[in-house]
Amino acid sequence: MATTIKINGVDRSVDVDDDTPLLWVLRDVLEMSGTKFGCGQALCGACTVHVDGVATRSCVTTIDSLGSSEVTTIEAIGQTPAGAKIQKAWLDLEVVQCGYCQSGQIMSASALIAENPNPTDQDIDDAMSGNICRCGTYIRIREAIKLAAKSLNQGG
Amino acid sequence: MILDRLNTLSGADTRVERGISRRHFLQTGAAAGGGLLLGLHLPFATPEARAAGGNFAPNAFIGIDTNGQVILTMPYVEMGQGTYTSVPMLIAEELEVDLSQVQLEHAPPDESRYGNPALGGLQATGGSTTIRAAWEPMRQAGAAARTMLIAAAAKRWSVDPLSCRAEKGEVVDAATDRRAKYGDLAAEAALMSVPANVTLKRREDFKLIGTPAKRLDTPAKVNGTAVFGIDVRLPDLKIATLAQSPVFGGKLKNVDDTAAKAVKGVRQIVKLDDAVAVVADHMGAAKKGLAALVIEWDEGANAKLSTADVLHQLEEATLSEGPVAKNIGDVTKAMESAATKVEATYHVPFLAHATLEPMNCTVHVTGDGCDVWVGSQILARAQTVAAQVAGLPVEKVRVHNHLIGGGFGRRLEVDGVARAVQIAKQVEGPVKVVWTREEDIQHDMYRPFFFDRMSAGLDKDGMPVAWNHRFAGSSILKRWAPPLFANGLDPETVDGAVEPPYTLPNMRVEYLNVEPPGIPTAFWRSVGPSHNIFVVETFMDELAHAAKKDPVEYRLALLDAQPRAKAVVALAAEKAGWGSQLAQGMGRGVSVQTVFGSYMAQVAEVEVAKDGSIKVHRVVCAVDCGIAINPDTIQAQVQSAVMFGITAALYGEITVKDGRVEQSNFDTYQLLRMNEAPTVDVHIVQSGESPGGMGEPGTSAIVPAIGNAIFAATGKRLRKMPVDTSLLKAG
Repeated sequence: MATTIKINGVDRSVDVDDDTPLLWVLRDVLEMSGTKFGCGQALCGACTVHVDGVATRSCVTTIDSLGSSEVTTIEAIGQTPAGAKIQKAWLDLEVVQCGYCQSGQIMSASALIAENPNPTDQDIDDAMSGNICRCGTYIRIREAIKLAAKSLNQGG
Repeated sequence: MILDRLNTLSGADTRVERGISRRHFLQTGAAAGGGLLLGLHLPFATPEARAAGGNFAPNAFIGIDTNGQVILTMPYVEMGQGTYTSVPMLIAEELEVDLSQVQLEHAPPDESRYGNPALGGLQATGGSTTIRAAWEPMRQAGAAARTMLIAAAAKRWSVDPLSCRAEKGEVVDAATDRRAKYGDLAAEAALMSVPANVTLKRREDFKLIGTPAKRLDTPAKVNGTAVFGIDVRLPDLKIATLAQSPVFGGKLKNVDDTAAKAVKGVRQIVKLDDAVAVVADHMGAAKKGLAALVIEWDEGANAKLSTADVLHQLEEATLSEGPVAKNIGDVTKAMESAATKVEATYHVPFLAHATLEPMNCTVHVTGDGCDVWVGSQILARAQTVAAQVAGLPVEKVRVHNHLIGGGFGRRLEVDGVARAVQIAKQVEGPVKVVWTREEDIQHDMYRPFFFDRMSAGLDKDGMPVAWNHRFAGSSILKRWAPPLFANGLDPETVDGAVEPPYTLPNMRVEYLNVEPPGIPTAFWRSVGPSHNIFVVETFMDELAHAAKKDPVEYRLALLDAQPRAKAVVALAAEKAGWGSQLAQGMGRGVSVQTVFGSYMAQVAEVEVAKDGSIKVHRVVCAVDCGIAINPDTIQAQVQSAVMFGITAALYGEITVKDGRVEQSNFDTYQLLRMNEAPTVDVHIVQSGESPGGMGEPGTSAIVPAIGNAIFAATGKRLRKMPVDTSLLKAG
């Protein structure tokens, strides 16, 4: 039986088991490959999306748990003020190396500054420690979050 | 595109190989569709590569099309190390174009053309060789293209070429202020003779080299549009995931797939000799199907293997003498006359790569061909293995390379390609084989386990007069590039051990090649030095302690013959505030190394808590890597390599019990996280020397610096990695 989920503002109907994790529906059924697979157990954060604005690991979020929630992915996060600022800061500070984890990093960081316009180092640790970067870009991620938050506050 | 033009040029190859002196480094060819095409040969940086060199076939190409677009085709891949920006910078600098005007293309698999002598003649990216190989020839090629464009303009205008100059993608005649764009001149430039000598720009005239240029590959990586191997999309694509024999070398005995076949979306179960795969509409169904399989394995000869056996095997091996990798003076005699003798043994574990993009490969086997979509550091070998497994001639296999979500050496192996082709042979249509994280960790090919036996003799002032280093473990090159393994030795395994920067009048290094059964090994970021620098720099710290001398002063006293190494130690110590007071429970440790053509020293500040847990607070790194082409990338690579090394020092360990790898996901194979990341201060020494490699040195340097800092904080010397915090508990 088909399930309808709302992705980036659009209702999408998918015919998969109800307990299928959202990650695979995004990547393999809807062909939205910006959301990445890293661990399958909510240990690395590569698959992070927003569910009603909250950073959520899509690899352990089954589609039957979504109901009428709004899912936002990396493909659309640039349309939010926080997401656009984060993406720009990522480029301005050259955060990215291999880039594989960065969709998830950007989703976690966008949720953080949308919620908390003045994150402290501790706030950044709390929000971002679930996102592994094997290239170790953490120093620049931290700087970029601060830059994006500052820019968001200035409305610039 | 430029790849279509390679065939045109290949005629020129033959001609050049026959007749033209190899002092000519460039050749030109008539480019299809008009424009200028230059082929160049990249030599390689290591001595063994130079020894193996002499082959003049071009292995990189610069094209300028009639729109003025500069297209660079080269055999290196981007894995996050920034070479898709730093190599184009070399061309753009000499060609006088904006960096944005240079477009980069992957070279197709063709070992005869693109083989890297530094890596056994294979078409590979690794060993921090890219910039070292590209530095001279890429600038020369850019300068030659510039000279030919100027010559074409001068001919058109009937003026002296010396009155013309190149700027911003145009040739300008200074006298008349006439201008012609490169695109407009490209076809005529192709008819000019290739200059025998070119004048490279003076370093003080560099506009791009030495500036923090923006990476060219990043915008697509922040909006989800970048396509890694795992992101390949094809019509009617199926997704497969697999279980391989949990014991290396085991076989599949029996599978009950009744329940798996009943899972919605599961299409097929593929049985192989030593693995089973579930093919489905999506990974969710494939994983569910895999979990529903009831599998029996025939575990084979390695069913009882454990890491303790490996340790025992290697330790035993080092009781005998081994092939001598380095011998200076007379160690035995010097040891007899030494005032003090210091001995220690060390060992380092197997390590997984844990690239964040799990192993994956997409394959479509048809009646008469095979397509492979993958992110690979070693394209031609991927093509060869696919052909072998598919039973096809190599020319029937097309490999489509993709962005790599972390390489670190893992993508220098093609086991994943072979596996995907095995599965695809049984599947109708294209299939993407995606390993679960558990399979990725448990069927990696690991950084080898090593056991080291060190001894040194000190004179009455505590300075080393004899240095003896004997170690045992796996040789990767023996399997990966057999010609480079000779007389029981290979240059990678002993790298970092045989050429320490110190003046050691009597020195011997012996390596015993022992291959523990049932555990495959492979290159891992910083390769030989990942192990050797830990041992050498920890032991050097032990000698300083035995001599009752400061670890920095002790090293400086041994570095007079290596001024660049001495300078980085002094700089790192100064910037770290070496000798200044630290809080209770804190310690500083130092390391220095000369590997991958770069000189690097690090000082780590480490806190040891009462429960023995470790926090690395700050790392100060001084590096002399010659000319710093893109300083921003160098800083990023040091930060990255340091985090990679801290993960190894604090957590990295693959253990085997009953033939099985015990770790499986990021809960049991931990990687450093944001809340554990130290600040990393990078100080780049201004240098006019040729560039050194930067992708790897930071990883090998940090591990001993951490251990030495722990010793400074606690007085406890850790001789195996990773850090065993239970040994550091207070009281």
